[in-house]
Amino acid sequence: MNVLGTIFSINTLAAAIRLVVPIALAAVGGAFSERSGVINIGLEGMILTGAFAGAVGSYYSGSAFFGVLAALAAGAILGLLFSFFTIDLEADHVVAGVGINILSLGFTTWLMQVIWGQKGASPQVAGLPEIKIPILADLPLLGDLLASNSPIVYLMFIIVISSWYLLFKTPLGLRIRFTGEHPEAADTLGINIRFIKYFSVTLSGVLAALGGSYLSLGHLNWFSSNMSAGRGYMALAANIFGQWNPLGGFAASMLFAFTDAVQMRLQGMNLNIASEFIQMLPYVLTVLILAGAVIRSRPPAALGSHYKSNK
Amino acid sequence: MTINAVEMKNISKSFGSVKANDSIDFSVKKGEIHCLLGENGAGKSTLVKILFGLYNKDQGQIKINNKPVKINNPAGAIKEKMGMIHQHFMLVDRFSIIENIIAGQEPTRTWGTSIDKKKAAVKVKEISQNFGFDLDPEALIENLSVGEQQRVEIMKALYREAEILILDEPTAVLTPQETEELFEIMESLKEDNKTIIFITHKLNETMEIADRITILRDGKKIGTVNKNDTTPQKLANMMVGREVLLDLEKSSKNPGKEIFSIKNLSYKNPVSGLELNEINISFKKGEIVGLAGVEGNGQLELEEIIAGLKAPDSGEILFNSQKITKVSTRERRNMGLAHIPSDRNKYGLVGNFSLAKNILLGSEWNPEFKNKFMIDFDYLNNYTDQILKEYDVRFSGKNSRASELSGGNQQKLIIGRELSRGAEFVLAAQPTRGVDIGAIEFIHRQLLKIREEDKAVFLISAELDELMSLSDRILVIYEGNIVARGKVEDFDQEELGLLMAGHSREER
Ligand SMILES: Nc1ncnc2c1ncn2[C@@H]1O[C@H](COP(=O)(O)OP(=O)(O)O)[C@@H](O)[C@H]1O
Ligand SMILES: [Mg+2]
Repeated sequence: MNVLGTIFSINTLAAAIRLVVPIALAAVGGAFSERSGVINIGLEGMILTGAFAGAVGSYYSGSAFFGVLAALAAGAILGLLFSFFTIDLEADHVVAGVGINILSLGFTTWLMQVIWGQKGASPQVAGLPEIKIPILADLPLLGDLLASNSPIVYLMFIIVISSWYLLFKTPLGLRIRFTGEHPEAADTLGINIRFIKYFSVTLSGVLAALGGSYLSLGHLNWFSSNMSAGRGYMALAANIFGQWNPLGGFAASMLFAFTDAVQMRLQGMNLNIASEFIQMLPYVLTVLILAGAVIRSRPPAALGSHYKSNK
Repeated sequence: MTINAVEMKNISKSFGSVKANDSIDFSVKKGEIHCLLGENGAGKSTLVKILFGLYNKDQGQIKINNKPVKINNPAGAIKEKMGMIHQHFMLVDRFSIIENIIAGQEPTRTWGTSIDKKKAAVKVKEISQNFGFDLDPEALIENLSVGEQQRVEIMKALYREAEILILDEPTAVLTPQETEELFEIMESLKEDNKTIIFITHKLNETMEIADRITILRDGKKIGTVNKNDTTPQKLANMMVGREVLLDLEKSSKNPGKEIFSIKNLSYKNPVSGLELNEINISFKKGEIVGLAGVEGNGQLELEEIIAGLKAPDSGEILFNSQKITKVSTRERRNMGLAHIPSDRNKYGLVGNFSLAKNILLGSEWNPEFKNKFMIDFDYLNNYTDQILKEYDVRFSGKNSRASELSGGNQQKLIIGRELSRGAEFVLAAQPTRGVDIGAIEFIHRQLLKIREEDKAVFLISAELDELMSLSDRILVIYEGNIVARGKVEDFDQEELGLLMAGHSREER
């Protein structure tokens, strides 16, 4: 069998697009948060909570649409909580972020017991139907790929592009970037940095949770324990590798997702390699890219620091 | 009735137990340049930060143009048409001039959703040309000189249509030329009927530019005077609270024989690329040699090479006719080298150590401080007390750590340690940087005393006053080259300033 042909096929790409959604959305969220100066390790927990809230919302309402709304709300709440700790209480960002992750893991596992009485996975819930966009089907090459997908996939493309526009073309975006570089300077220009940070961090929670809801409502139609499986950390890496730019973050997420898709197809091919090694691929890539990208990249100057106006 | 652009009444502000402002009254007439004068820590920044809404006051009232106002944040101050140029620049290095100027008040198009870069550029260009600033609005801050960055700060205020400009120690970072240019800008702003509050602790600047002067000391207002009714000596006394000797008495004496010398020394800094080129300097007993230059022209490299912290690429160093080019720092110190480092927090002190341990630094191996194998703490403590007294180091408690001292007292601690070791050659780099007038006077007298004792001093400084009043000979360094040298009488301040900025002697 032609290994390369299988790897670099349209099917692999289609799988990659499905895999990229949560990573890319969380990476864009990370771009907002970190551009405003708040390190967001909590993306992992935000994805997980979004996936859980999505499943719960869909389970009770019978509608995946309400599931997504529930996920967005849960993401916003988690984002606000994280904002409160990092911005108002001036907690260390990394510690608070790890806290968010542990909280999310424990909380979702426990609630799963309470709601469904089981530890491993939820029952099937109503998932999002795929939607067809006929015009896209006429595109050469990518037509098949883009014609029919979950609505969240299309939403992701829109979000990636409009987030880039928001950050780099609008007044709000300039203020977010200013705050992350030099909050004191932003303050002296009359910019409301507390609002800017709250907005950015909460938005990152919403976006990560939307990504999470895709896991439980778009990709699969149930929630399982620790469903995020490190995607939040990959998103964090993608955000850095993408230079805190939504477009770059998306491209980097695509790289991870594609490696993951390749890994899955390789496993399906019964090659003479231990499957554990193949499964490691995306994670090894994350480590390598982070090690390389961190050296070269230039994060927002005030990333991770605290600043309060009016002492 | 005259209009007071700013009137602050009975302003107080404490940080913990420190009363940074203590019932201060301060008023500024419309259209004047009002100088706020005081030593480090006197409360100048605190007062204007309250005015600009960066700090909350504990008590007091503020009026702008005779109208009572409440200013809770900088946005409120901007609304009252105030603009502030901060002691530490408030600029984002990697952003363009335009982005730094417009942030917070961006001109927009397409229903406010996107920034109108064209409109912004036009407005920024207009301000820039009005005041003769020659700046490309698209340039990144990190590619600008310090003086240019300051102009961007001024443009930020003007873009917001400020009528009252507050400049917090704007000259601290400037070369003498840049300071002159800033003063010209301030004069033209004054012609434009803007009100200027100018903060400094330098007397000559005050006398040059101010209309009126308010002096603060220890958080209290000492008084407000007209420039024309006062003298530098009176101002200094008000600032320090006692008689200060501004003019140092330097005896005329002939230098003795050479004690230390640098021959054909070259070095290339691998990081910055700066090159020291064939430096030759000879130091004689009983002589102070001053090295003038804008920071970053090779002084630091030269300092570190002399101290033995860096090895030169070529050339040699002689101490008492002995080659010490490859000799370790510790050995050099044993031979009689004292070093007052330019970066006192990096090389001079361990902030977390007690005063006594800081006094011990560099002498750990000295048998004098040892009691068999252990440090003789009784002896050390006595020795420390003596130095603290002799060098007038003021500290709060017996167990104070070095980091708890004020800048001036840290410096006196270092100087005490270094000069009490009986050195033959004193390398004093920026010995009075960030230090109050009172302490400056003290340090200067110590250096002159060393000279009286027939020891040699190498004074590296960016302060022209200091160089002119202490040195016997002056060298000027520019981009790693000694571009001029001579007796101190052969230079005047203006000429030194030009030489430091890279103009050659013939050009003039
Ligand atoms: N944010 C702050 N926190 C604690 N202490 C401060 C703060 N700002 C100023 N101080 C203290 O208030 C006093 C006055 O400082 P400052 O106004 O900066 O003086 P100046 O500008 O005249 O040098 C100093 O003792 C300083 O240590
Ligand atoms: Mg100050």
